[in-house]
Amino acid sequence: MSDALLQIRNLRIEATSYPPGEPPRDVVLVDDVSVSVEKGRVLGLIGESGAGKSTIGLSSMAYGRGGVRLTGGTILLNGRDIRLADARALRALRGREVTYVAQSAAAAFNPAIRLMDQVIEACLAHGVMPRAEAEARAVMLFGKLGLPDPENFGKRYPHQVSGGQLQRAMTAMALCPKPDLVVFDEPTTALDVTTQIEVLAAIKDAIRETGVAALYITHDLAVVAQVADDILVLRHGKRIEHGTTEQIITAPGEPYTQALVSVRSIDHVEKADAPAVLQIQNVTARYRGTHFDVLKNITMDLPAGQTLAVVGESGSGKSTLARVITGLLPPSQGRIRFAGRELAPALAARTRDDLREVQMIYQMADTAMNPRQTVGTIIGRPLEFYFGLRGEAKRKRIQELLDQIEMSKGFIDRYPAELSGGQKQRVCIARALAAKPKLIICDEVTSALDPLVADGILKLLLALQAAEGVAYLFITHDLATVRAIADRIAVMYRGEVRRYGQKTDVLTPPFDDYTDLLLSSVPEMKMGWLEGVLDSRRMEAAGN
Amino acid sequence: MHPVLTLVVQRIALGLLLLLAVSAVIFLGVAALPGDTAQAILGQSATPQALANLRIEMGLDQPALTRYFNWLGGILTGDLGTSLSNRTDIAAAISQRLGNTLFLAGWAAVISVPLAILLGLVAARYNGRWPDKLISGVTLSTISLPEFVVGYIVLYFLAVKWQLFPSVAMVFPGMGMMERLNAVILPVIVLVLVVLAHMMRMTRAAILNVMQSAYIETAELKGLSPMQVIWRHAFPNAIAPVVNVVMLNLAYLVVGVVVVEVVFVYPGMGQYLVDHVAKRDLPVVQAVGLIFAAVYIGLNIMADVISILANPRLRHPK
Repeated sequence: MSDALLQIRNLRIEATSYPPGEPPRDVVLVDDVSVSVEKGRVLGLIGESGAGKSTIGLSSMAYGRGGVRLTGGTILLNGRDIRLADARALRALRGREVTYVAQSAAAAFNPAIRLMDQVIEACLAHGVMPRAEAEARAVMLFGKLGLPDPENFGKRYPHQVSGGQLQRAMTAMALCPKPDLVVFDEPTTALDVTTQIEVLAAIKDAIRETGVAALYITHDLAVVAQVADDILVLRHGKRIEHGTTEQIITAPGEPYTQALVSVRSIDHVEKADAPAVLQIQNVTARYRGTHFDVLKNITMDLPAGQTLAVVGESGSGKSTLARVITGLLPPSQGRIRFAGRELAPALAARTRDDLREVQMIYQMADTAMNPRQTVGTIIGRPLEFYFGLRGEAKRKRIQELLDQIEMSKGFIDRYPAELSGGQKQRVCIARALAAKPKLIICDEVTSALDPLVADGILKLLLALQAAEGVAYLFITHDLATVRAIADRIAVMYRGEVRRYGQKTDVLTPPFDDYTDLLLSSVPEMKMGWLEGVLDSRRMEAAGN
Repeated sequence: MHPVLTLVVQRIALGLLLLLAVSAVIFLGVAALPGDTAQAILGQSATPQALANLRIEMGLDQPALTRYFNWLGGILTGDLGTSLSNRTDIAAAISQRLGNTLFLAGWAAVISVPLAILLGLVAARYNGRWPDKLISGVTLSTISLPEFVVGYIVLYFLAVKWQLFPSVAMVFPGMGMMERLNAVILPVIVLVLVVLAHMMRMTRAAILNVMQSAYIETAELKGLSPMQVIWRHAFPNAIAPVVNVVMLNLAYLVVGVVVVEVVFVYPGMGQYLVDHVAKRDLPVVQAVGLIFAAVYIGLNIMADVISILANPRLRHPK
């Protein structure tokens, strides 16, 4: 193990937690984890949120976010222990020997500084090379990472380029000072699938060409299988399994790893056609003060008690469609029929029953709940508002609803801050269900959740649909989710419906170009998938 | 036209409109004061004939609207009217007083603004540690004391006890720059102490707010030193809130320093206004009020414009 660049042994990381109403206490984030990265190799760190992936990644620079403390073990970087190094020594290695690519490049770039100055900043701060040379290297990296107009790309400000481009620029920034190790922390998670595949390929090429070693952190096993040589599976700050990528993917040893590999195994057979509860007819919409139609002549039906999945990338108009249906954005043309009647275009003109029968669940359960209200108050509000329930009757109904979302009575007096991400989303589901709606609009409800938790939410939604006969309009960018839950699918692109029909029809070839691109961009859990897709795309392009 | 230019022109136009509205309010307010100006000048024993003559002479017999537009027209041509109490040209008297006030405010600003920002940056850098607590403690004590108390304390030590600087800030036309500076040094010190805390606290708060951003972590992970991170990465994103507070304090330095002027017997705008309010010299009150309003509006427009220019999204649209 003499050529190990980074060798972390028995690492222990702690932080102080401040639970509401209780004295602060120390919690162990990472316990007895050992990691080793050799020169030119890529190690994938995989696990759900709270597994300690990012914390371990940052420990390679001896950096602790917030109050995080590295309390035990050794972190050998290039042969010396940096765990207890002083601030000056740490500054000398950060941005020089180890660099970092953050999940959200949009937030990780300083909005007030031109991209070039940020990309070469570490080079100059550490005296790696003079400015002219650093700029030339940055332009070379921009080109290598497939950024448009590499010569002039650096002159722009972060808000002037797209999210996928920023993520590549961040990779260029990490590679610029010729580091020994790059920590990639979920670099493609915030991107659309069609963008993710390009960025992933660019990162992979850049790693190969520069020969740099990398820690690749992600919760998506299919993604890490494309770039990593070895994989370390983590859970709750502990090591679960370590092996080569091939072994982890094809022959996982631990039950937890097996669950990760086989995630999204929900088998949902589409239901037969039924009378529509929601009919969207030739809807066109634009936001006030703009001159651009966000939705263009949209027509689709949602049968009662079924699920219509609306799929598309960011900017395709999916969420705008939800705003039109709920009346938040009156359409400029077209109409919406619901349960046999026509819905008024604007929210203010709708009856209380109209409001009750269409409910919404949001992506960020966190921000969709009042943090100062208990779970009981949150779920009880629609019961009071729509049904006038009070006192014991209300409490009984709240308990029924908690039962339905598989949470115990004890949660009734808890606050949102005391719940996990999956539990928060369940409470939001219960709140929507409390109104006894005919239609629930689910806007990316599983996107912010870990795969296994998301799976649980999807199963719950399907069970509730079977029991209550509620229809879902399911907005998502994730095709795996669509397969798991949809009866019908509408593929949207730039405000238009590109493909629409029963699930099996939509997912069966021949495809239109966009649907083909979308479907083929979803990472598959096998090695070499990325190269396969890119090769076949190149061949098609050459053939045309 | 570049969107920034459009925004800036809009702000300036709005400011002018606001100033026009303020001029109307000032005029109305003064016109609505009880009592008769002619009576006030000539006294209780004046004959009705003398009163009527004076009213015609001063144009007081004309309708209010006409008088307002006459006044406005005069201002636009640089004629602020004539003082009632000593029959001198207001514009001439004010220009000297305003010069004195701006001299004092200017020096106070030149010292206090960079000092406040620097102290704010240092306090943010050592957030919660002793330099932060020391800076906050000292600046908050000086802002908590009434300015005349600060003034007399400074006077007692620096002028009376140690006799370093003159106790009376006497300035007159034809004075040399160094002499002038020496004369105003005590009031400048007092003003600096009075406005420091507000700007320092805002700088500190704005920086600490920006320090929560993800891009600050990026900068730290590049191995930059804490001061480099604050100066290069945090401060450019904290300019807008800081500028607004700085401009409010600059406006205060111009229009709010009456007390300090009185303590040091400094011939500035504040004293001038107070003197003439006591004498019921309404044209002077109107003119000074309008100038103070113009200073406020002008500085706030400047704050807006600087905030707009500091925002890369507006400066470099997609």
